[in-house]
Amino acid sequence: MSDTLKIINLHVAVDDKPILRGVDLTIRRGEVHALMGPNGSGKSTLGFAIMGHPGYRVTEGRVELNGQDLLAMEPHERARAGLFMAFQRPVAIPGVKLADFLRHAASNIRRPDRKEGEELIPMREFRKELYAKMDQLRMDRDFARRYVNDGFSGGEMKRAEILQMAILRPKFAILDETDSGLDVDAVRLASQSIAEIGGAEMGILIITHHDKLLEHNQPHYTHVMLGGRIVETAGPGMARSGPELAAELHRHGYDRIRAAYPEAAADEQAMQRASGRAEAAAV
Amino acid sequence: MATDVKPEAPLGFEEINKYDFRNAERYVFKSRKGLDAEIVHQISDMKNEPDWMRQFRLRALDIFLAKPLPTWGGEIKLDFQDIYYYIKPTDRQGHTWEEVPEEIKRTFDRLGIPEAEKRVLAGVKAQYESEVVYGSLRDELAAQGVLFTDTDTAVREYPDLVREYFATVIPPTDNKFAALNSAVWSGGSFIYVPKGVKIDFPLQAYFRINAQNMGQFERTLIIVDEGAQVHYVEGCTAPMYTTESLHSAVVEIIVKRHARCRYTTIQNWANNIYNLVTKRAVAYEGALMEWIDGNLGSRLTMKYPSVYMLEPGARGEILSIAFASAGQHQDAGAKVVHCAPDTASRIVSKSISKCGGRSSYRGLVKIERGARRCRSNVVCDALILDPQSRSDTYPYIEIEEQDVAVGHEASVSRIGEEQLFYLMSRGLTEAEASTMIVAGFIEPLVRELPMEYAVEMNKLIQLQMEGSVG
Ligand SMILES: Nc1ncnc2c1ncn2[C@@H]1O[C@H](COP(=O)(O)OP(=O)(O)OP(=O)(O)O)[C@@H](O)[C@H]1O
Ligand SMILES: [Mg+2]
Repeated sequence: MSDTLKIINLHVAVDDKPILRGVDLTIRRGEVHALMGPNGSGKSTLGFAIMGHPGYRVTEGRVELNGQDLLAMEPHERARAGLFMAFQRPVAIPGVKLADFLRHAASNIRRPDRKEGEELIPMREFRKELYAKMDQLRMDRDFARRYVNDGFSGGEMKRAEILQMAILRPKFAILDETDSGLDVDAVRLASQSIAEIGGAEMGILIITHHDKLLEHNQPHYTHVMLGGRIVETAGPGMARSGPELAAELHRHGYDRIRAAYPEAAADEQAMQRASGRAEAAAV
Repeated sequence: MATDVKPEAPLGFEEINKYDFRNAERYVFKSRKGLDAEIVHQISDMKNEPDWMRQFRLRALDIFLAKPLPTWGGEIKLDFQDIYYYIKPTDRQGHTWEEVPEEIKRTFDRLGIPEAEKRVLAGVKAQYESEVVYGSLRDELAAQGVLFTDTDTAVREYPDLVREYFATVIPPTDNKFAALNSAVWSGGSFIYVPKGVKIDFPLQAYFRINAQNMGQFERTLIIVDEGAQVHYVEGCTAPMYTTESLHSAVVEIIVKRHARCRYTTIQNWANNIYNLVTKRAVAYEGALMEWIDGNLGSRLTMKYPSVYMLEPGARGEILSIAFASAGQHQDAGAKVVHCAPDTASRIVSKSISKCGGRSSYRGLVKIERGARRCRSNVVCDALILDPQSRSDTYPYIEIEEQDVAVGHEASVSRIGEEQLFYLMSRGLTEAEASTMIVAGFIEPLVRELPMEYAVEMNKLIQLQMEGSVG
């Protein structure tokens, strides 16, 4: 049986504000899923909730990895179980060198029962591996000594996220707008790298507003999120294929979707009003 | 006991010579608690000092007795009559290895301190036999005319040099604890680097363990002559365990024209210690003085390394790290005084408070009249790990001149949820992630340390962080 990541009727709230309203999604190892949807529809929220961000509270539903309850686990346990998320906006960790950080990360993920203070992958061995991967991604080796995401350009951050994925080799990866911020060449390179790293090895959820990443990573399935729900899915055995739906959305936008799913569209408006109010209150 | 030592017994003699006890009378000196003129006389006798030093001590004692405790900084609850002011090196072996607390032993193990050094650090053994490494190096230094001894020896062997500079930078009247140190000082390092001599390795790294240097009231005097260079590393990062509760050192440094001096300290005191230290340097034309100061442990540390820039073009830099944990108060900072035009200073202070610990930055930037075109920049960042802990900043700025550039930035932060989540999403436990964030926070200063000290510093931070989260 192949590895499976299963999201069942997931409801998520931020500060008591409901964001996700029942998401169902199953990803098997070897599959590429595209997740599209207008700004603020809840795509990143889904990623954070799966990864276990403490600010995203699951109010209902389940997330399982091969039947194992992921929601009962801390983020580091989920990572060690084989989950990875490339963030839309990675956080800077001043003073911590990318190479040191990644060596810790890789040591933990390759030996999931490692305790703090226990031995790390030998420096020399790790550096060799890191440099090889950096060369592949055409990242300057100097980045290994730079502080994690500190002063990185938008594109550099995204490359660094892909580098991390390449080193950590997860079973399932969520790529949250990894293509935004990259220049044309970099997107192509990223797209190829993801295909290489992933291949049949990984289950991938690509969150994107563009179609470039999908070029080398033809989605088996494409999902559309609106108002905190997946309202439409295309894929094998359905009316349309994954790439067809992605292409349609890319060309024509979400008007058809909103018209077809008025309830979700109403929720979308309610969510926008809620975050508008929150922003106004914060000013 | 002393009468048992037969003059012809070579072993016995060596034992005595090692501590410079020249006659039987002094050998039977019995340490007692408390402070008065008699104790000061006894110390002076023991050391076989010239009379000027004895008189200096006695004057300092009067000043100490007359001065009130500082009304600022931390709370000092000390009974001055309940302290030993001088303990013979032989008496210092008062406790056995078995009596050293488990916690301290564990820390030694974690730091990978060699067996022989552990015993010295724990105060079980008086002196670490580092002569082998140290001998050839000392010869090399001596060939260049560098003088490097403990200060007691210097008083006897280089009286003119010592007398010329001793207490000129920090007079006993400076503060109550400088007065106390002046009255009862013992040990510490004396360094003289002759004109133009550049020592290109950190000095203390090779002389790491020396009971004399770790005394309670050590007195260090460093003179870097014109165009010379030295980097001195004091102490070590292992926790220092003593049964005494007060450590009060004085460090005086003279950096002559176009000379450079860097003084690095990493101290990790046991939780019962009051660590009240006066450190000051004067820098002449074009000279550079750098203090790098790391403070961990202790009940209360009050320490503000300072640089007086006396002539044009002098520069001063003070980088400090303070880590305050449960029951600890780190009142640390820096002081720069610009007495001449075109002088420049930089202060970078980083503090970490956790488990109810308190850290304060207290700093003074002073620009005197006539000291035009001076630049001074102060950055102090505090990281607070939990709501019980505390951090304060007391920056004082006194400027008597117009044409100057003075900058001050302060920040207080908590470990961010977003940073923790980011690291945890890559497989790091919460504890590991916090440790990494803290290590990153002080990295800009740790980078300045000699390699082996940087490694130890990071291990120490790891130890300090253990059990602090979750
Ligand atoms: N940490 C948060 N605090 C407050 N509101 C949040 C938070 N995270 C998400 N939200 C709100 O939840 C809704 C969904 O946000 P989310 O980031 O998941 O959207 P998205 O689909 O990823 O959008 P985009 O395409 O713009 O990245 C928005 O209304 C947003 O304001
Ligand atoms: Mg998003």
